[in-house]
Amino acid sequence: MPESLRPAGPAVTLNGVSKTYAGGTTAVDGVTVEIAGGSFVALVGSSGSGKSTLLKTINRLIEPSAGSVAIDGSDVTADDPFRLRRRIGYVFQNVGLFPHMTVAENVAIGLRLEGQKATADRVAELLALVDLPPAFAVRMPDALSGGQRQRVGVARALATEPRLLLMDEPFGALDPVTRDQLGTAIRDLHDRLGLTTIMVTHDMAEALILASRVLVMDRGRIVADAAPQALLAGEGGVEAQALVAVPREQMRRLSALESDNRHPRLHGDDDEGSGTA
Amino acid sequence: MTDFLEALSRAPDLLAQHLLLAMSALVLGILLSLPLAVLSARVPAVGRVALGFASLIQTIPSLALLALFYPLLLSLSTLVGGGIPALGFLPSLLALTLYALLPILRNGVTGLAGIDSAVIEAADGVGMTAGQKLRLVEAPLVAPVLMAGIRTAAVWTIGAATLSTTVGQPSLGDMIFAGLQTQNWALVLAGCFAAAALALAVDALLGVIERGIAQRKRGRVWVALGVLAAGVLVALAPALPSSKPTVVIGAKGFSEQYILARLVGHRLEAAGYRVQYKDGLGSGVMFAALTSSDIDIAIDYTGTIWTNEMKRDDNAPRDAMLAQIGAWEAQRGLVLLGRLGFENAYCFAMRGDRARALGIASLDDLAAKGDELSFASDPEFLERPEWKSVKAAYPIRFASANAYSPTFMYRALASGRADVISAYTSDGRIAADRLIVLTDPRHAIPNYDAILTVSPRMAKDRRFLSVLRPVIGRIDVEAMREANYMVDRDAGKVSPDAAARWLVRKIGL
Repeated sequence: MPESLRPAGPAVTLNGVSKTYAGGTTAVDGVTVEIAGGSFVALVGSSGSGKSTLLKTINRLIEPSAGSVAIDGSDVTADDPFRLRRRIGYVFQNVGLFPHMTVAENVAIGLRLEGQKATADRVAELLALVDLPPAFAVRMPDALSGGQRQRVGVARALATEPRLLLMDEPFGALDPVTRDQLGTAIRDLHDRLGLTTIMVTHDMAEALILASRVLVMDRGRIVADAAPQALLAGEGGVEAQALVAVPREQMRRLSALESDNRHPRLHGDDDEGSGTA
Repeated sequence: MTDFLEALSRAPDLLAQHLLLAMSALVLGILLSLPLAVLSARVPAVGRVALGFASLIQTIPSLALLALFYPLLLSLSTLVGGGIPALGFLPSLLALTLYALLPILRNGVTGLAGIDSAVIEAADGVGMTAGQKLRLVEAPLVAPVLMAGIRTAAVWTIGAATLSTTVGQPSLGDMIFAGLQTQNWALVLAGCFAAAALALAVDALLGVIERGIAQRKRGRVWVALGVLAAGVLVALAPALPSSKPTVVIGAKGFSEQYILARLVGHRLEAAGYRVQYKDGLGSGVMFAALTSSDIDIAIDYTGTIWTNEMKRDDNAPRDAMLAQIGAWEAQRGLVLLGRLGFENAYCFAMRGDRARALGIASLDDLAAKGDELSFASDPEFLERPEWKSVKAAYPIRFASANAYSPTFMYRALASGRADVISAYTSDGRIAADRLIVLTDPRHAIPNYDAILTVSPRMAKDRRFLSVLRPVIGRIDVEAMREANYMVDRDAGKVSPDAAARWLVRKIGL
């Protein structure tokens, strides 16, 4: 694939996007944000902050109550939702591999929907993209580990060569080692394929490491919008700093443990606080 | 065992009809419940209503459901100016289809609701249209659960199809009902055996399809479907249009009716007609079916038409009654061909030895000596208009009066527990038990002459009527009793078909 020759992914513009559910709950409250083509943006926030809802207004899995979303300047409601979604890669926490289809059939589903035939070579190529051997093509999803399933999910999302990749807690269900490996692989793919990637996560450390821009959400609004370096430098406001404080505190304790090892003390079993905010 | 095997030989034709009916209902049930299940899964309000309705249908006894379609279709037919058959295949098909809905619908809705929400999100996420999602994801995932529902529906439908006999649709139920009526247990057993075997076979084939789908083995699915289709085709063969004109003969649910229907049917077959029988009809249903030409021939009784259909509560001399019935039926397009020659009325019967000893031969004699005698009747008789008019004409007072089921009523008389019973004049047991029927000199008991009536559809068919006319006036009550007894007796009983052939020889028709 001549990846380097590809144009950068599309810009995404959200303009006054709100989502209010029947019953009065406001999940997203008037969000306006411009995401540049080719950027890797992390949407961070605690549970219920509205980050997933906001992400899904881009591929219209959720229709906003007010406001508009545009991709490269054209409104997402201009076309049928299914056509829109075929141009956008979507990866989410529960993966949702089709249990009655082989890995190859899962990966090739987007091509099949478009009436294209996926060759074994193309499937192998897509599997290679996510570091899976070609032999996996004939397996059924229930014969895969969690990490392998999510890799197949990523391969499926990339099969139709989308320019925009939306990820909703993509590593949420994975163990830390797999999580780290897959995160690095995604960032790598993002750079190689020149995608625009928007990733929802509740893990600030993950956001800081992978993204080039971090949007922090709280109660349906964007409360911070900064580069990772700026956030680590203390910018972005109270809510953002409360989230940054968690990995920072973990770092501090780990460092303290390391120095303890060099200067042992009697009780060194304080291993709490490894959870995320 | 030989009785059973002989009874089983009646099964193939009925089995074919049974299979066609049940499969039609199952296919229609699937066609209706699949879109309903999808809609129910999408719109919860529809789901609640649809499942509620289907569950409600299940609470109606299947016999009642079949019976209810008769008046429903009849009024519908009247509404649109006729043409909708209220008896036979249509009501059976509709009732069984409703019966098949619930298991398919319920499993479909449950199956759709049970699909992992992540899989649905993924289907939307990759850009499937609603149709693609249904075809590529939901249908294959719900198929195993759905097939289980279809299997349940198939077994239920095949079982309930036995009841379609009661609305005049031939099925294996014909054997069961006829066997029950004539106490021919080999016939009942053969009917049950055939129905159960059919249900098991269809269930096994559907099971193969179910496992084929689950294990992604298409070959098996196609083979099983092929066998099912072949079965239906074989069953369909006799139903293919025939060049012969077809007539339908109705019969109520007792031996005499079965025998006479066959007797008439054999004559018509000999004259080149194709004959179908609708057995086990109720009095009201049979008359309405005749009026609407759902059946072409019915043998009824003057008193029944007089009281039940014409709603008369007076009595009339025999000939006057027949003339009035003929005129009344003619207004409805029916042709009353005439009396068969015997009567099947309520009567009073005594053991011959006892009657002679007491010197009783008529109801007048009975009125004089009744206060020493005990009376046994069937449960209905003491409530019927016949009993009221008898009491009005003859001041009878019995020492005791008890109600029995008919079989026990005859036993009570035989054992001496009862002296007099309310019998039926053409009952074979009158001859067999050597009973004496008391005469009715004051003509208090209405006349129940057996009469042959033809539907409006065939009323003007001269050739058809000419085949039937020779039967008129030829069947005397002794011959009829004997034929009835051949079917009713406990040992050495014969089929109504054989009894009809015997009767023809006996009366030299």
